Amino acid sequence: MIWQLDLVILTLVVICGIGSLMIKDLLGAAILFGAYSFMMCVLWAVMGAVDVAFTEASVGAGVSTVFFVAAVFHTTRRTKD
Amino acid sequence: MRILGILVCVATGAMLIWASGEFPPWGDPNSPASLHVSPRYIEKTMEETSVPNAVTSVLADYRGYDTMFETTVIFAAGVSCFMLLRLFSGRERSSHHYRHILTGLTLRVRRKGKQLPELEEFEPMDSLWTPYDLILRTLCRFLIPFIQLFALYVIAHGHHSPGGGFQGGVILGASMILLAISQDMRSALRRIRERTLAIFSVAGVAIYAGTGALCLILGSNFLDYAALSRIFPVDPVGARSLGIFLVEVGVGIAVMATMIVIYHNLASEGFLDEGL
Amino acid sequence: MDRILEVVIAKYNYWIYIVLMMIGLYGVIAKNNLVKKIVGMSIFQTAIILFFISMGMKKGATIPIIIHGQEASVRASDYINPLPHVLMLTAIVVAVSTLGVALALAVKVYKEFDTLEEDEILEKIRKS
Repeated sequence: MIWQLDLVILTLVVICGIGSLMIKDLLGAAILFGAYSFMMCVLWAVMGAVDVAFTEASVGAGVSTVFFVAAVFHTTRRTKD
Repeated sequence: MRILGILVCVATGAMLIWASGEFPPWGDPNSPASLHVSPRYIEKTMEETSVPNAVTSVLADYRGYDTMFETTVIFAAGVSCFMLLRLFSGRERSSHHYRHILTGLTLRVRRKGKQLPELEEFEPMDSLWTPYDLILRTLCRFLIPFIQLFALYVIAHGHHSPGGGFQGGVILGASMILLAISQDMRSALRRIRERTLAIFSVAGVAIYAGTGALCLILGSNFLDYAALSRIFPVDPVGARSLGIFLVEVGVGIAVMATMIVIYHNLASEGFLDEGL
Repeated sequence: MDRILEVVIAKYNYWIYIVLMMIGLYGVIAKNNLVKKIVGMSIFQTAIILFFISMGMKKGATIPIIIHGQEASVRASDYINPLPHVLMLTAIVVAVSTLGVALALAVKVYKEFDTLEEDEILEKIRKS
């Protein structure tokens, strides 16, 4: 378990999480959420949880982002906060 | 509201950080999470179920009840999305678009109503005009069979490598979603109809519960796969491996159908005529 | 100073997981937009899953798939704990199910009220 890799990916995860909540464009929030999901998958793969990382890669970074983009497409893209 | 939110989050975070002083050090093999029943799962998984992947054997055999109800949760989510969004009356439009199949000419017919009849040489186009992209359509048409083949491999190989029912089912569902995105939703609905998807999602849960009921009928406990050795020509250890494979197939089918149903209902606002 | 440093090095990853959970909780409580609330809920769920997975780690152990030649002599301290992984597989699948239903509800709310901001929706309900 290389602690340098762990720290860098954790920092990226926190930045993606904060960014996905702060951005004012909902499509950008969906894409940043996909990036957050994928960074989580890498983190779990580094920790040795290969089944969970496989599931998160297919579910979180694949299907979940598509659901978000489909929902944003049929509602509005702009938001005040 | 914001200040209250920040206060609540900071207070909860401070309490949790104070409680984290008592957590076991990270990576300790003698931490309480790794002591009571999980060494038995690791040591006995080869001799009791002959499945090297400890996660698959715990998921489908030792803790099979949880997985059965999780499949039911997936099915319930698909049913709720269907019931929330689906509208059977067609969408009211002010103009319809058609494309000539041979030359690519597009027509716009300005007539209110739900749907004009399907013409022979013209195909109906989505009203949000998307350009006909040859590269994307051809590439995805080549890619989708390989994605499906990989998904079937992941389901079948869950005993020896990371994978299993869920992962393969989600990848199968994602391949049909790719078909609906790269071409239009009508061609995806022509491949797998809505009624077929509904039957598949029920069939997945039914295969799982049916395997358990089969073991009950054969005289043993519910979901005790060793009883399958009475009808299949394998010894009890191989029968448990076979039982795990059957329930993984059930889970894969249910998950695939539910992902496609949720996507179709979300992307077309319930009308199932045109999508993203 | 030395004691503080050794406490930080032993527990810093738990603190980062708690920070991530609190970011998700803040998103659910304090954001006005419905889709941002759903994103916050998802961040909270994946942070909990991360915390559980980190509990199953063992130093110097390998992934929980029994190595091909060594099936006869399996020691539990050579493989990491598979039990949190199993529970978290269920948790991920439940998370994506709730995400699908939550997004369907958001689309329906938008069709009815023509906005996704929570304060505007409450005003419209109060007026009618």
